[in-house]
Amino acid sequence: MIDLRAVSKWFGTFQVLKDCTTRVAKGEVVVVCGPSGSGKSTLIKAVNGLEPFQKGEIFVNGISVGDPRTNLPKLRAHIGMVFQNFELFPHMSITANLTLAQVKVLGRSREEAEAKGLKLLDRVGLLSQKDKFPGQLSGGQQQRVAIARALSMDPIAMLFDEPTSALDPEMINEVLDVMVELAREGMTMMVVTHEMGFARKVAHRVVFMDHGQIVEDCPKDDFFGSPRSERAQAFLSKILHH
Amino acid sequence: MDWKVLLEQAPSGGMTYLGWLASGLFWTLAVSACAWVIAFAVGSVVGVARTVPLAAARLAATAYVELFRNIPLLVQMFLWYFVMPEVIPKDWGDWLKQDMPNLLTLPFAAQFSLWEFTAAVLCLGLYTASRVAEQVRSGIQSLPRGQTSAGLAIGLTLPQVYRHVTLPMAYRIIIPPMTSEFLTIFKNSSTALTIGVLELTAQSRQISEYTFKTFEAFTAATLIYIAITMTVIFAMRALEKRVAVPGYIAQGGGH
Ligand SMILES: Nc1ncnc2c1ncn2[C@@H]1O[C@H](COP(=O)(O)OP(=O)(O)O)[C@@H](O)[C@H]1O
Ligand SMILES: [Mg+2]
Repeated sequence: MIDLRAVSKWFGTFQVLKDCTTRVAKGEVVVVCGPSGSGKSTLIKAVNGLEPFQKGEIFVNGISVGDPRTNLPKLRAHIGMVFQNFELFPHMSITANLTLAQVKVLGRSREEAEAKGLKLLDRVGLLSQKDKFPGQLSGGQQQRVAIARALSMDPIAMLFDEPTSALDPEMINEVLDVMVELAREGMTMMVVTHEMGFARKVAHRVVFMDHGQIVEDCPKDDFFGSPRSERAQAFLSKILHH
Repeated sequence: MDWKVLLEQAPSGGMTYLGWLASGLFWTLAVSACAWVIAFAVGSVVGVARTVPLAAARLAATAYVELFRNIPLLVQMFLWYFVMPEVIPKDWGDWLKQDMPNLLTLPFAAQFSLWEFTAAVLCLGLYTASRVAEQVRSGIQSLPRGQTSAGLAIGLTLPQVYRHVTLPMAYRIIIPPMTSEFLTIFKNSSTALTIGVLELTAQSRQISEYTFKTFEAFTAATLIYIAITMTVIFAMRALEKRVAVPGYIAQGGGH
């Protein structure tokens, strides 16, 4: 489904991604972790072409992301993305946030888009908030709306970039619950997160990054059982004991 | 003080001196409004161009802003009015200077031609566009970068992101500085008198020359300027309230 082959990227002379190779099969949940600044956001944003890269190839459903002939908006419409800071559109009601792209990108009718959006809003438990604006919702609620917004496009895969790290601790679980449910339904997911509880529960594989390199890429049980690199061990003990 | 002088019959235009002031106000508003349309449209395009991921567009837009912002307004007024007709093909220049139709039915238009009005509007409009562009640019750049990413990530094209995501917020944020840009056009419109447009300041000067009531003439003009300024400020406050986003707290830029 998502196939990264020897992806390298430079910001000027600084190499952020070094020969990153990994894949996410259909229905698979892959958690990406690693220290801050290791290139996790850059890697996940390369998958839907938000970050261009200079070397290597990325295929999503067989379509090459780096190929200049690829219709990126069309490709992105089918890959959901959830951001650290939610990034709902503040001047639009929750309903409008959920319907904008369905109407403008997929060409759905307003009624159809609204029906779909409200169904998903109900699914994340926020139907009663449909006429509010993002600024009137808590962080956890906003992030659940952002997930519903991404799902409203019927994505073939979902990308998450630290979806809970901007949240107050008491709101983290309401968002993780939605993600766990999604994973259990078989959604293909690539998730940058430090929530190791989430990884243990639903991840199939864990990718550990450091200094732009994929240092570990192994099944979940191997990762938590005996991470092979010292760097991964150091990272794990740091985030698990605090 | 002798305010009654304003009600005396003026020597031309078939109206009182108060009529002269009203006619001047009409032309001040006409120049300001037309120039604002240009400033807003061109300024928005140039401001957006300064933020797009296309080096050539950014360069052209930056050049525009620096050029128009750094030449004194009065010089620009003379460039448009005196120099421009001389550097374009002679036929066109002659047409501009001599054959542009007069707006005879409008108050006091007989004394200046449509070319003077047009030059003033172009000059003020394109000059203010450079300032509006900077406001639009800073409005866009004050939004979190993730907003554009989120728009693109959901499948919108870049123009759609500007249309539906960034510009609606950017325009809301810049209402206060845009108000002051509009008021600047309004006040700068008095420079149009240097090329012969009989706007409010020109009319009050004319009244003071005919009646020797300098104090009354310019006080009246001042009060009219203040009244319009206040009206604009109140109108823009009302607009700001109307489009306010519920629950929105301005955030810093970055991501
Ligand atoms: N636009 C940019 N220009 C230059 N350097 C950048 C830019 N974006 C990110 N970086 C650098 O790239 C590295 C990886 O960033 P990022 O992918 O955001 O890391 P992570 O998400 O793992 O914290 C960091 O060192 C960061 O400073
Ligand atoms: Mg990051």
